[in-house]
Amino acid sequence: MRRRIVPYFLLGPGTIWLVVFFVVPLFYMAKLSLESGVVGELQFDWNWSNYSEALSAYDTQFVRSFVYAGVATLLALLISYPLAYTIAFKAGRWRNLLLFAVVAPFFTTYLIRTIAWETILSDESPVTEFLHAIGLAPSGHVLATGPAVIAGLTYNFLPFMILPLYASLERIDGRLIEAAKDLYSSATQSFLRVTLPLSAPGIVAGTLLTFIPAAGDYVNAQFLGGAGNRMIGNVIQSLYLSQADYPSAAALSFVLMALIMVAVVVYIRFAGSEALMGEEAR
Amino acid sequence: MNAGGRASRAWRWLREHAVNVVAALVVVYMLVPIAVIFLFSFNDPQGRYNYTWVGFTFEHWAHAFSRPELNEALKTSLELAVLATVISTIVGTMMALALVRHQFRGRRLSNFLIVIPMATPEVVMGAALLSFFLILGSPSLGFQTLLIAHVMFCISFVVVVVRSRLIGFDRSLEEAARDLGASSLQTFRLVTLPLILPGIFGGAMLAFALSIDDFVISNFNSGTTVTFPLYIFGAAQRGIPVEVNVIAMMLFGVTVAAMGFATWQQRRAEKMASVRPEQEAAPPVPVGAGAAA
Repeated sequence: MRRRIVPYFLLGPGTIWLVVFFVVPLFYMAKLSLESGVVGELQFDWNWSNYSEALSAYDTQFVRSFVYAGVATLLALLISYPLAYTIAFKAGRWRNLLLFAVVAPFFTTYLIRTIAWETILSDESPVTEFLHAIGLAPSGHVLATGPAVIAGLTYNFLPFMILPLYASLERIDGRLIEAAKDLYSSATQSFLRVTLPLSAPGIVAGTLLTFIPAAGDYVNAQFLGGAGNRMIGNVIQSLYLSQADYPSAAALSFVLMALIMVAVVVYIRFAGSEALMGEEAR
Repeated sequence: MNAGGRASRAWRWLREHAVNVVAALVVVYMLVPIAVIFLFSFNDPQGRYNYTWVGFTFEHWAHAFSRPELNEALKTSLELAVLATVISTIVGTMMALALVRHQFRGRRLSNFLIVIPMATPEVVMGAALLSFFLILGSPSLGFQTLLIAHVMFCISFVVVVVRSRLIGFDRSLEEAARDLGASSLQTFRLVTLPLILPGIFGGAMLAFALSIDDFVISNFNSGTTVTFPLYIFGAAQRGIPVEVNVIAMMLFGVTVAAMGFATWQQRRAEKMASVRPEQEAAPPVPVGAGAAA
């Protein structure tokens, strides 16, 4: 009998904290998103028009967020895969040092990292001049453009891509790759038909872990983008904190959450919930 | 050796090592912003903006704590991070123990509850909590609401890190302690805890790093309280003082040192746990690396 109570006792405090301060607030936000009136006199009256109005007013920012986050995720995957592959298969004694380099950006404040990119991409910087010289920045400006925001998003969430990729690559049984070679597959073939499919869980996890924060981000758009690059996070932030239009902001947050939930559910069906949590799936 | 042969050999080398070359470039890319932050902590800007390089000075390192508002923000952030770390580490470790070591009803639901906050954009979490506090009317926005929020988003990460260490745990060590007459509390205190301590420490470090770095959720729930990231955000409009770079690099140094210590501890624990010679210890992974993995 006692043994049966133990797990619930251990889970209790954390579960209560997460339910009270994560799940319940979502219900409060749902309620707020259906209220009408001005601040101080908000009334709950199933005002669904908050959703339709917010969506039609900010549909460009929504689409932009998903496009930016999608492109950033794809770039992050292309950048991360060779590094994760090297750390997993070729690094040898350099492995820990490389893993450290991967997590090092986590140890500097996110805002300062983003502001560092503002410096790197500013008009007089060597990077901008180089991009201008090779014709990638014809106007001579990189800041306050979409690509600058995408570059920031790609950079800031890179560790979220590299670490799961590394974890899944590292778990691959080297004998499978040897077997492919023994059966006369070329290096490309054995990569495409053995290594790549076996690293799929890492790709799925990394893609989600990058896409989710990138889609909701507003810091990169704030510092690296211009007025034409605002993302949905910027809108939610300013509706909540500057304009105090809580119902619209809550409705937008909900739509963002719902869209991302759909992605997570698809993911769970695809890879299993335990894959995101560690290797306990067995 | 003719030039053509050399060129083809260089080409072959490049083809064989192409992946490594790309990987090296990616590492450089990841470290460039940190180098820029470091470099600009020695800058001597003339105006208020620290965006272009003017000249070298140790001035700002010598007087890193010369801005009262910045010091206040840093103090708030440190207090907040310590409290959030202690609470989330205790609570999260308990959850991890339950999930790895016990079979019980509601396991899938618990897993789901832990994964979901990590899969929710910060802006949604921040907005939801703000809605909650606004409708309830209390507690008033400030340090308490920040603490509530920080513990909330740290718990899941602590669970994931601690649990990844618990999974590789050799249960026969505990059985041995029991066989030798230790009570279950003694077994936990003398065998289990020392062995999982590096994992707990890793989880705690991650929680601390997440808390001290959090901007988005704090921005929603801070009221008039200013943390270090919120100070930077406010200062960005009117020019960020160089001291911010100095303090950021100090925090970086402390975190790196703590991580080195944690990795060392972990290796020791792994050595302790793998007393049987035929048993191979898992390759050490830097603490925190398990977070997203």
